[in-house]
Amino acid sequence: MHEHTLAELSGLLNTGKISSVELTTLYLDRIGRYNPQLNCYISITPELALEQARLADSLISKRLHGPLTGIPVAHKDIFCMDGIRTSCGSKMLDNFISPYNATVVEKLNSAGMVTLGKTNMDEFAMGSSTETSYYGPSTNPWDIGRVPGGSSGGSGSAVAARLVPAATGTDTGGSIRQPASLCGITGLKPTYGLVSRYGMIAFASSLDQGGPMTQTAEDAALMLNAMAGFDVRDSTSLQREPVDYTARLADSLSGLKIGIPAQYFSDALDDQTASRIQEAIKQFEQCGARIVDIDLPNTHLSIPAYYVIAPAEASSNLSRFDGVRFGYRCADPDDLLDLYCRSRGEGFGREVKRRIMIGTYVLSAGYFDAYYLKAQKVRRLIRDDFQRALKQVDVIMGPTTPMPAFRLNELMDDPVSMYLSDIFTVSVNLAGLPAISIPAGFSSQLPVGLQIIGDYFSESRLLNIAHQYQQRTDWHSQIPGGYA
Amino acid sequence: MSLESADIKTLARLARLALNDDEIEEYQHTLGNILGLVEQLQAVQTGAITPLAHPLEISARLRTDEITEIDQRTKFQQIAPETAKGFYLVPRVIE
Repeated sequence: MHEHTLAELSGLLNTGKISSVELTTLYLDRIGRYNPQLNCYISITPELALEQARLADSLISKRLHGPLTGIPVAHKDIFCMDGIRTSCGSKMLDNFISPYNATVVEKLNSAGMVTLGKTNMDEFAMGSSTETSYYGPSTNPWDIGRVPGGSSGGSGSAVAARLVPAATGTDTGGSIRQPASLCGITGLKPTYGLVSRYGMIAFASSLDQGGPMTQTAEDAALMLNAMAGFDVRDSTSLQREPVDYTARLADSLSGLKIGIPAQYFSDALDDQTASRIQEAIKQFEQCGARIVDIDLPNTHLSIPAYYVIAPAEASSNLSRFDGVRFGYRCADPDDLLDLYCRSRGEGFGREVKRRIMIGTYVLSAGYFDAYYLKAQKVRRLIRDDFQRALKQVDVIMGPTTPMPAFRLNELMDDPVSMYLSDIFTVSVNLAGLPAISIPAGFSSQLPVGLQIIGDYFSESRLLNIAHQYQQRTDWHSQIPGGYA
Repeated sequence: MSLESADIKTLARLARLALNDDEIEEYQHTLGNILGLVEQLQAVQTGAITPLAHPLEISARLRTDEITEIDQRTKFQQIAPETAKGFYLVPRVIE
């Protein structure tokens, strides 16, 4: 049963072939069996899940259900859930029982989804491997000696191993797309402002965006239908007419103009990854798409700009963790300053402290113009590159990551190399654009992701393109050995 | 780019982070490397370019000044490290 997509499970629930309680029990059993080796869940919520499943079954029996009713889901542990620990992968919030629901959680609850638990992640979403999690790293089901990517690596690993049909993630510099790529699943980062950030613990507020992590583009469309929408409680939420993201999945790709940036195919790219991406592009040509060479000349500046802007915003956002109202508090503080410094020093892990320090440095007196304002100017250059390119073409394609999943501990002592693994994803966040990563084959038995970037609010088109590719390939339906 | 241990200590004080000696030494290297990476920005001519703060250049939405939250103090204080009589307790600030 676990091999089915969300859309297929929805059909089976609708026709009574299986009940939500049966489905939920089946996935909870798989979690019990495989989570010890994958560590993709920080918390498992069986009682809540079964209660939600019983409610879903009753709605289905009364024919009061929607396409997501009764489908199990897992939330990245960055989304607040009322009455449930929301740790954000940190010792700082290990004892934090959220007093409210994130809007995304509220919306998926209302859609009738069944929450199996909270997934592992890099601490405060700062990382590309889940190795900065206070709860230890998740592993990649394709090779448990390797990382699943990050920061939404627990969601990536759980969906890839079919320990849940779909999960939520968040993407600040690639944190949905990079783990989707490394785990061989579909991950969509929507346009900035499309999905509410309310109750999604803030890392870098001008970059953070939630989105679905699923087996297929069709499943991502079903999830996005429920996740997207204006929220008065998020000051950057966009007011737009609701869209049915499944409506255009079947559209033809004839005449589609695909831009290929030379900058995404440098010598640093893994050979087999490059071949898989070229093969995928040929597949699109066979569907009637036209390939256009484009130029994104400031791509190399995206990592430097990101590592000013994101830490600056993070150092400000994370100043709220002071050991006073919630979260970790140090033992026996001497005075108030000692309470702040030790609660933060002991409660945050190394990478989080590193980024707070960088942010503090670039925002300090005398450096603000040279670093922060400079980075924001470069941010405009990067966005303008995309705007120019997207006047010429409909979408941009390239690899999601320069190489497939790396080994556990391989990059942990070298933060700069770890940061550079996000070279193809961060520029999309700086520009606020939507992008999707879909499975496009393998490099030495490890999944390779194809990234498709579109203009603002082009999610329907991105999902259509991804769906058409998935109609002609079966990379997305391959399950890692040992989890089949 | 290299940083002195005094630089790290100043940053840690500004950021309200207690660091041990091992961390101070590590951050001298890794922060230096990260700032070296960021240094590439200085070579870019950005004279007349307006900084981009919001990707869609939309300013924050305004709303009327009305009370929209209900009192949930008891619920919120259940997760606080230390409270008394409805207050959050911290070490004595005024003698």
